Amino acid sequence: MSAPAAAVGRAHPRLEGRAKVTGTARYAVEHPADGLAYGWAVQATVAKGRIVRVDTTAAEREPGVLAVLTHETAPRLNPVESPELLLLQQPRVRYRGEIVALVVAESLEAAREGARLVRLDYDTEPHSSVLTERHPSLYKPDHVNPAFPTDTCVGDFDAGYEAAEVRLDQTYRTPAYHNNPMEPHAATAYWADGRLLVHDSSQGTNDVRSTLGRLFELPAETIRVTAEHVGGGFGSKGTPRCTPVLAAMAARQVGRPVRLALTRQQLFGPVGYRTPVIQRIRLGADADGRLAAICHDAISQSSTIEEFAEQTAVLTRTLYAAPHRRTTHRLARLDVPTPSWMRAPGECPGSFALESAMDELAVACGVDPVELRLRNDTEIDPEEGVPFSSRNLAACLRDGARRFGWADRDPAPGVRRDGRWLVGTGVASAIYPARTPGASAEAAAGPDGTYQVRINATDIGTGARTALWQIAVDALGVPGDRVAISIGDSDLPPAYVAGGSAGTAGWGLSVDRACRSLRRQLDERYAGTAPPDGLSVRVDTTDEAAGLPRAPRYAFGAHFVEARVDVDSGEIRVPRMLGVFATGRVVNPSTARSQLIGGMTMGLSMALHEEGLLDQRFGDWVNRDLATYHVTACADVQRIEAYWVPDEDRGNPLGVKGLGEIGIVGSAAAVANAVHHATGLRLRTLPIQLDKLVDRLPVG
Amino acid sequence: MVRTSPRADLPEPPYRSPVRLSVNGRPHELDLDNRTTLLDALREHLGLIGAKKGCDHGQCGSCTVLLDGRRVKSCLAFAVAADGADLVSVEGLAEDGHLHPLQSCFVQHDAFQCGYCTSGQLCSALGMLDELRQGWPSVVTPDLAAGPDGLTEPEIRERMSGNICRCAAYPHIVSAIREAAAAEGVR
Ligand code: FES
Ligand code: FES
Repeated sequence: MSAPAAAVGRAHPRLEGRAKVTGTARYAVEHPADGLAYGWAVQATVAKGRIVRVDTTAAEREPGVLAVLTHETAPRLNPVESPELLLLQQPRVRYRGEIVALVVAESLEAAREGARLVRLDYDTEPHSSVLTERHPSLYKPDHVNPAFPTDTCVGDFDAGYEAAEVRLDQTYRTPAYHNNPMEPHAATAYWADGRLLVHDSSQGTNDVRSTLGRLFELPAETIRVTAEHVGGGFGSKGTPRCTPVLAAMAARQVGRPVRLALTRQQLFGPVGYRTPVIQRIRLGADADGRLAAICHDAISQSSTIEEFAEQTAVLTRTLYAAPHRRTTHRLARLDVPTPSWMRAPGECPGSFALESAMDELAVACGVDPVELRLRNDTEIDPEEGVPFSSRNLAACLRDGARRFGWADRDPAPGVRRDGRWLVGTGVASAIYPARTPGASAEAAAGPDGTYQVRINATDIGTGARTALWQIAVDALGVPGDRVAISIGDSDLPPAYVAGGSAGTAGWGLSVDRACRSLRRQLDERYAGTAPPDGLSVRVDTTDEAAGLPRAPRYAFGAHFVEARVDVDSGEIRVPRMLGVFATGRVVNPSTARSQLIGGMTMGLSMALHEEGLLDQRFGDWVNRDLATYHVTACADVQRIEAYWVPDEDRGNPLGVKGLGEIGIVGSAAAVANAVHHATGLRLRTLPIQLDKLVDRLPVG
Repeated sequence: MVRTSPRADLPEPPYRSPVRLSVNGRPHELDLDNRTTLLDALREHLGLIGAKKGCDHGQCGSCTVLLDGRRVKSCLAFAVAADGADLVSVEGLAEDGHLHPLQSCFVQHDAFQCGYCTSGQLCSALGMLDELRQGWPSVVTPDLAAGPDGLTEPEIRERMSGNICRCAAYPHIVSAIREAAAAEGVR
């Protein structure tokens, strides 16, 4: 057999592409079952208090309603790590929108009407739901997510800052952001013969299975959770959510399979969101813009239910050189839903502040903002004092500047006009950790020359299924049509959740190892062909992953943006976004590009469109749907390009770094910096919208 | 429909109606709760899960189907009100296992990631191309009286903005539509 052309590195359409364009790919509440019932969640209408009376009479009288679950009637759950998941167990309300009842009915219509008829009376207490710099609950958490030190300090920031020729001290604010995957959180659950089967819209079903096992006191083998196709997650489906738990409780209660999908409106809170963040950045530099001192203080929020400490300032520990440096995180505990993971947690909001501040420093020093970043580049991790595994930030900045046509840029802000439009350009850097978690995988050869690769990875739209298949095809050294891959099922060998941009690096390594081991055994013991009853190999890369070189390992990137602001109305348009990234080896250029421009676009959305508007009287967001919580639409995205530079890095044996999140890091700052260059107005609070510009623009 | 309600003491809800629908060329006779939306009729009663529920409020486009040839958000229509209608959902686009050019261009251009908005994008694109063919102007049409001057990128972007893609496959959606339309002779 001649060696087939390498699959890794070549664009390949998604394996499930046909299923997705023909409408046959099944998502969480699309699996058929006999005797289905439907769930509908009921949310608390107060921000803080206690349910003192439950009246389900009218709901139960509604034709078709099978059961109403409340804290008085729901099956008891066994404690788990996240108190969020102890649903319907007690009468306290910790935030407005907390799920306090579930109606189960014959039809969606009856369930919805039943939910409307559930009557709950509350004893309310005063609530506090707005994050401020001086909130009385502010404290220093023991660590920030996932396990970083809360504060760090190198050198003497105060002295270094005092002595600096140029000093900058600014505060940046970002609102709450809601992940809003297009598929709302949803699950179908069935109990049969003491076993529980759940189809969940989840980024990782291993954790869902083990959590359900603990909640219902069941051995893990009796539970199966699948997530074959997932309609996006962006972090919000990265931890076990209320939906599989409620669906399983309801299914147990009525003795039938239950489908439960949250409504779009119900997603604004109960499934997590990105915390609002208040960030103070101080930069001290010499007149040429070389940083001497850098300090990043971040304040974010969590609920009273559990701690969630966004790692906002962590990127400032590694992005630029400076002898004196400090980062801190403080957290307020409010009567709000618990924030959670959202695409590039930490780096995304943190980069808006740091990269805006770097632009302000460039202006203050009269140094080109690309050049300023190059001057502060470092081969050594500035806190750890050791070299990076690879660092191609400078290559991204230079290549991006060349492609974008940055060289002739006039630095003066607010001076370029094209008809009614003020025109400007902006730049920002990006950084995101490159991790390689261990995973298990199985590769099997059949006597007919076909191969089966099995791993409980999840493809939430990233292209993971296809990338892993490409890795497998190369490792097996056979034509692609002989290789099939199975993912998205907790019965498969366990693997890490789809998160942290670590899938291709971690799952990929495991798939590669399983396939290579199988190939070797076939070649050494069976002359290359599987025996009559097949041959199967299972590997676990936990030890190999733990033993990889410990050098600081990151992906890097640079964003270039053109912004136009209407001189009369303040309307903002972004005709061009260009990103260049150093993300190690790219397995599938086609899906990689989609991931990168998807992240960049979400950054555009953050810069211009998204804002959770909280009404403190109710302690809840008022814009809780897609008509009022705006996300970037087709007409908002004009020319958008993503490229990558060569980035050799064997810190992962496959050379992969991951790229699901880096596209959003720095993207919003680049837009804000371009708006400044266009108008001369510095917007330090997102989103940037015309009402913040219109009164301050030069008279047209 | 099998009814297994344990509340047999209660009368059947009076609010049901017979509804006749032709879906992808196949006739269906349904007995539906009057509150059933067209989207739920497709998904929960006919097992056609292609049309998706992203918001149930007409705000995302993922439920888009063609109703008597025009694109509609099926979550906003009651099935009873569509009695006798002719529907085309994403399941009806491929013929004899051959993908519609729009479908194959979506695959080739990687015009989706999670795929949840995709059925709506495809049906919306079909309806949109027909509107364009009929000369309907949009807000970006330079001369409203003269109608659109062809299938330009701004026209596609504007006309496809009722279909949200949180994965943000937008530029690939636009290029896929352009290529598919060119293959069909729309320019
Ligand atoms: S589900 Fe109909 S428009 Fe969103
Ligand atoms: S492909 Fe995920 S929402 Fe469009």
